[in-house]
Amino acid sequence: MSTPILELTHIEVLYNQVILAVKDISLTVYPQQIVALLGANGAGKSTTLKAISNLVRAERGEVTKGQISYKSQLITHTDPAKLVRQGLVQVLEGRHCFGHLTVEENLKTGALPLKLTKAQLDAQLARIYTYFPRLKTRRFTQAGYTSGGEQQMVAIGRALMAQPQMILLDEPSMGLAPQIVEEIFEIIQQLRLQEGTSFLLAEQNAAIALHYADYAYVLETGKVNVHGKAEQLSQNPELQASYLGAAFSVAA
Amino acid sequence: MNFFFEVLVGGLLAGVMYSLVAIGFVLIYKASGVFNFAQGAMVLFAALTFVSLLERGVPFWLCFLMTLAVMIVLALGIERWVLAPLANRSPITLFMATLGLSYVIEGLAQLLWGAQVHGLELGIKDEPFIIGGIFLSQFDLFAAGIALSLVIILSIFFNKTQIGLSLRAVADDTLAALAVGIRLPKVWVIVWSVAGFVGLVAGLLWGARVGVQFSLSLIVLKALPVLIIGGFTSIEGAIVGGLIVGASEKLAEVYLGSVIGGGIENWFPYVLALGFLLIRPAGLFGEQAIERV
Ligand SMILES: Nc1ncnc2c1ncn2[C@@H]1O[C@H](COP(=O)(O)OP(=O)(O)OP(=O)(O)O)[C@@H](O)[C@H]1O
Ligand SMILES: [Mg+2]
Repeated sequence: MSTPILELTHIEVLYNQVILAVKDISLTVYPQQIVALLGANGAGKSTTLKAISNLVRAERGEVTKGQISYKSQLITHTDPAKLVRQGLVQVLEGRHCFGHLTVEENLKTGALPLKLTKAQLDAQLARIYTYFPRLKTRRFTQAGYTSGGEQQMVAIGRALMAQPQMILLDEPSMGLAPQIVEEIFEIIQQLRLQEGTSFLLAEQNAAIALHYADYAYVLETGKVNVHGKAEQLSQNPELQASYLGAAFSVAA
Repeated sequence: MNFFFEVLVGGLLAGVMYSLVAIGFVLIYKASGVFNFAQGAMVLFAALTFVSLLERGVPFWLCFLMTLAVMIVLALGIERWVLAPLANRSPITLFMATLGLSYVIEGLAQLLWGAQVHGLELGIKDEPFIIGGIFLSQFDLFAAGIALSLVIILSIFFNKTQIGLSLRAVADDTLAALAVGIRLPKVWVIVWSVAGFVGLVAGLLWGARVGVQFSLSLIVLKALPVLIIGGFTSIEGAIVGGLIVGASEKLAEVYLGSVIGGGIENWFPYVLALGFLLIRPAGLFGEQAIERV
């Protein structure tokens, strides 16, 4: 196999110097892969993603052990702004749109670190609108007034504006109707195929995540419990019962 | 009736001066969640620097630019030695830090420029003139004009530039701003510099009216009721709040002063603000309740 785009080795994350949110997580993402992080509430999925993007620091968290490398370079304590410029972007859990900014302004913020010219910026916006035509019709609406699905599209579109190679996507399905969730996962699939973007995505909805992912890690209380190819994990009966729960019975 | 309008308009125009100070607060509060008690000291520092340069024969426009540069250096220093070390600390810690900061800035001002009172002449005669039978102060009108231009400049800056976009993003959602790669320290420096610029304008207008002296930093206490009434997160709120405070304190002084005794002007805004706290804690234009300190 090719060299990994992202590699975590024995990561430990502490919040407030005492709360051990992630105990020991190692994982690998290869270029153009979709890798899923599964697990119950509080398993440490979001913390793992924020450790990679180094946003844990903004929440008084810290990577205390282990190493994170991206494109074969150590990035364990790199400034998030620098990571964005290197093509590593996170889409936060709960979407986090800028509610008072219009949809288009939200998208523009995604390209701020790149310092694009007006023409380049317009080209990027046009690119996002081909993936999310619905956002174009809502471009002058304040993001706070758009639907949950549209906000998720804004959040992903905003990340795409930075022309990333690797997207950390936290619970894209959260609170959304099934057909919207599917629409969003189809776009993720398309991005991977057309632009070669890699994804590490945290999901509670194991069924849909395993349907689109190549590989998956199941976390339990800050550790990797099981990992394997997505199609193998979705066949695993023990897993269906203990971790993936009811979500699995609706699996396609 | 004419007399009533005269008092009202006079009060409104004076209120514009409060708004100017309050706008500086709102900028910093929105972008960094810091209730900046040192805004008054910044107003004083800017005015004192300006007037001291002017007295040394530096041309007016150059004084303005030089003072602006000094305020930017001050913002850089504050980011480096106050905000960065205290990032992620509680709002009360940051408030205490700005309290200390206000004394440091005042001390610095005294060290650099001494403690005497300076007169400041902006070349605007403070003669009253008459519109529609109402006496108006020329200086107040001038101040209102300046305030209006300032608000227009700020609104262009915030809405039409990339830096303005990143400032608004940070004000809306700090974590998301970090996630898209906006550098908070840079935004803080810019926003404190802009607040320094607003402080400079406020300092010149106030200084021209009451003289440049250390009590200038106390206008921070006048801005507090303005903020409570208008809300801490809105520039519109700061303007409307300033106008309400200005108009109501003058009307109270004139119409209630004979009944309860003079000096109402000094405490009336606080009573009004207290009323607002009970009825509308977020202020007229505020988005959310803030930590009351
Ligand atoms: N900012 C924080 N400060 C302190 N502890 C935190 C913080 N964020 C998360 N934690 C703790 O870290 C652990 C892991 O949380 P995390 O958010 O990473 O889980 P998750 O798998 O994303 O859960 P969910 O599915 O609910 O999003 C939890 O016990 C949580 O309480
Ligand atoms: Mg989570």
